[in-house]
Amino acid sequence: MTAQVITVTSGKGGVGKTTAVANLATALAADGKRVVCIDGDIGLRNLDVIMGLENRIVYDIVDVIEGRCKLKQAMIRDKHYPSMYLIPAAQTRDKNAVSPSDMVRICNDLRPDTDFIIIDSPAGIERGFRNSIAAADRVLVVTNPEVSAVRDADRVVGILEAEEKGSPSLIINRLNPVLVRNNDMLSAEDVLDLLGIQLIGIVPEDESVIIGSNRGAPVVTDTKSRAGQAFRNIARRLQGQDVPFMELEHQNALWSAFQRLTGRK
Amino acid sequence: MFNFFKRKQSAASAKERLQLVLVHDRTDLTPAQLEALKDDLLKAISKYIDIDPDAVQLALERDGRSQRLVADIPLRGVSRHRAG
Repeated sequence: MTAQVITVTSGKGGVGKTTAVANLATALAADGKRVVCIDGDIGLRNLDVIMGLENRIVYDIVDVIEGRCKLKQAMIRDKHYPSMYLIPAAQTRDKNAVSPSDMVRICNDLRPDTDFIIIDSPAGIERGFRNSIAAADRVLVVTNPEVSAVRDADRVVGILEAEEKGSPSLIINRLNPVLVRNNDMLSAEDVLDLLGIQLIGIVPEDESVIIGSNRGAPVVTDTKSRAGQAFRNIARRLQGQDVPFMELEHQNALWSAFQRLTGRK
Repeated sequence: MFNFFKRKQSAASAKERLQLVLVHDRTDLTPAQLEALKDDLLKAISKYIDIDPDAVQLALERDGRSQRLVADIPLRGVSRHRAG
């Protein structure tokens, strides 16, 4: 068994790439999979804090590439899931310290002993993004149901097609079912129709995502969180399971009716 | 009341605006360039057939992830020959 390399990207910044990586990796590790996360955002590393591993960093990916340490030494084991590791980005270097072939080599070295390698791509469509997709077997594009995020996602999908990376799968993040019901937010169907790629998950807007980030404990570990459930479902789909999509439209019907009654609409 | 209805349609307006923007992003063609293309096309066709330039419709349409240029060019006076 050799690992599947999955790159998470978006075009626009701030749509939830890093959150998605941390949550999918944690959910896969909770399912017993061997997972390595790679932070591809050289100079702006963040995956370490989202995963709660910022105090354990000794070496980073550029140290591996430039031969200052062995690959194993840069792999930080997770606190709760011993089958999950993080390779952090360098914080003080520019993105030219890494090349696409470096990423391919590192992933190939990891493949034999890993089930999933998940790469957190930086925002944008430049060097860091190119590095992050170089080794990908599969690409997940994260977007929000919002004009600028959808537009940038479309640019990224176009580039992935031009690079013959195959058609990526879409994660619609931070969907607010109340706004969708009130026709004040693009629905999942609207976004899918606009982008024309396959859907792998819809993650509802959920305060517990921020609470999880604050604690460095991804929201998938919170069994009551709707967003956590959505990420667990995506992780199962990545493992090839057929998981039905969550019903998001009706859960807030009561709250929505209340808002209309009180004129807050 | 007006404000209420305006808010109601914001998702539809987002979708409409995105549909236009994405077509132009994907083809790398600005609305002005599309207009110039239309003019050139009309000039070329007019050399051979009599058409009504004001009735011509030229638009970029999406079909999944592919784009197509759709032209509707009504011809002028074709039926006259048949009738005669």
